[in-house]
Amino acid sequence: MGLLSKKDSKLILDPLSDNNPITIQVLGICSALAITAELEASVVMSIAVLFVMGAGNVVISLIRNIVPSRIRIIVQLIIIATLVIIVDLVLKAYAYELSKTLSVFVGLIITNCIIMGRFEAFALGNGLWRSFLDGIGNALGYSLILIIVGFFRELLGSGTLWGYPVLGDAIDKTGLYAFGYENNGFMLLSPMALIVVGIIIWIQRSKSTHLIED
Amino acid sequence: MGIKLSLHQLKEKFKGNMFAPAFNAFHTFLYTPNDVTKGGTHIKAADDLKRTMNMVILSLVPCLLFGIFNAGYQHYAAVDLANGIIREASFLGNFITLENFLLGSTKVLPLVIVSYVVGLTVEFIFAVIKGHEVEEGYLVTGMLVPLIVPVDLPLWMLAVAVIFGVIIGKEVFGGTGMNILNPALTIRAFLFFAYPTWMSGDKVWVHQAVERTGTAEAISGETILGMHAQNIPIEIYDLSDMFIGFIPGSVGETSKILIILGALFLIFTKIGSWRIMLSTIAGALFMGLIFNQVVDLGWITETSKFYGLMSVPFWEHLLIGSILFGAVFMATDPVTAAQTLKGKWIYGFLIGFISIMIRVFNPAYPEGVFLAILLMNVFAPTIDHYVIQSNIKNRLNRIKIKIS
Repeated sequence: MGLLSKKDSKLILDPLSDNNPITIQVLGICSALAITAELEASVVMSIAVLFVMGAGNVVISLIRNIVPSRIRIIVQLIIIATLVIIVDLVLKAYAYELSKTLSVFVGLIITNCIIMGRFEAFALGNGLWRSFLDGIGNALGYSLILIIVGFFRELLGSGTLWGYPVLGDAIDKTGLYAFGYENNGFMLLSPMALIVVGIIIWIQRSKSTHLIED
Repeated sequence: MGIKLSLHQLKEKFKGNMFAPAFNAFHTFLYTPNDVTKGGTHIKAADDLKRTMNMVILSLVPCLLFGIFNAGYQHYAAVDLANGIIREASFLGNFITLENFLLGSTKVLPLVIVSYVVGLTVEFIFAVIKGHEVEEGYLVTGMLVPLIVPVDLPLWMLAVAVIFGVIIGKEVFGGTGMNILNPALTIRAFLFFAYPTWMSGDKVWVHQAVERTGTAEAISGETILGMHAQNIPIEIYDLSDMFIGFIPGSVGETSKILIILGALFLIFTKIGSWRIMLSTIAGALFMGLIFNQVVDLGWITETSKFYGLMSVPFWEHLLIGSILFGAVFMATDPVTAAQTLKGKWIYGFLIGFISIMIRVFNPAYPEGVFLAILLMNVFAPTIDHYVIQSNIKNRLNRIKIKIS
């Protein structure tokens, strides 16, 4: 990458694979299980987290030298909460239906451990540009898993992708349904999301064996 | 040259090859291995894993045969009922007939075949990947699965569920002997949550009841539990029907007498734990008694939707639904059950207790045996842990008293 130095591009690429926040650090699981029944919701959630993490990391990095460490958690929470409220209001204004689907989970971005984790682990000790990249990288790693899970859950659970029926019509029995295929209702329940995440972890670890600890 | 020798030679030829475990498994499944341990006397026992499993399968065969006849019988009985004829079931008269057998075997045998072919294929693939011997664990699971599903279940759904159950229920934990959940029940749970329209309701339990819905030839597929749950009085089945098994239900779980025979066989051969069976039944009876008391005290009246199932006499709970089948063949699975003696009592009792509780309170599906067993499978290690800890504490106390 010409734009970024090798060290900087590692900040973006690492969380996508070998240091993925969901599959390796196992953070942010709650939202990954709760909102991934539809692809659209997963993508919107990803964008929201991308915004909160990118902006949050920058702000924390800017004020890292003036905030006394004793009250840093409170400050971090206020910053996340502010950003989350912005996201929530934007969603309500421009995508009301979707914000109803995501309901409480937008608000619960505040409790997403990935965000606090990156603030604490990275933004408090690094400069503005690197913190920004780290935030974006981790949010992308989170998004990647969310979108994979959302893709499979919507495809197998409802037979649609982004709301479009790709497998045929379940009621009129066209496409795949004409052969007796039926949607898998289990895919729409959260336990199956956990199993899908587990399968992704399984595949990732069997591909890159250096990740396996004894 | 017999098959045994050629199988052995095939095995020798492929030694070290990635498919060696597959040949090995075939060989040892059919015959005693050629190679024996050399030097020194070792512990000799006739009951290896394969033989244990075969015993369980033997004890299931009567249930399977009965299930085949019953699948046919229930279909024709329901057709008769739709035409206004109420059948009086008689074992030799209208139950053991060629007609019933032909219809039943065309529905049940495919379930058995799909279950075994798909399940064993997954086992073989994993054995080859792991470079491990093929594990026998699927032998019993493969027989249990067709017995606990409705007769009209589409075969591809069964195949998907078996793949899921074997991989997620067993192989990810390390294969046979390492699984936390009973694989057969994992498969059933998957089917139940994934395809509820094929696993519950008042239609799925009798062949063709789903297809005929809405036509002039519509037939009923309601189980006794389902009628109780809707406060419908049971008229066409009497207690002996329930005991012998001339009632609709999953394929192999209707005949209580054959399940009891299977249980005696398992207890006699010391394969199934009688403690678990007994305590499961005790738990179920206890919960049933509580519900009966609640009804007697007048806390629940006929207007309540729970009245039907709560007012079932406590002992009758054993005759309807699959509590006996679960207690005998599912709860006693030695891998997933509690291991300690005291633990087995607690484990079984809670299975029975929770089964009846779910059966009565679950509005969508009036049966809870498989959920209760899966739940207690998860708790079994915890129960064992506390039983062992309390043992350790007791012994320490005894020593302390002795010393002082």
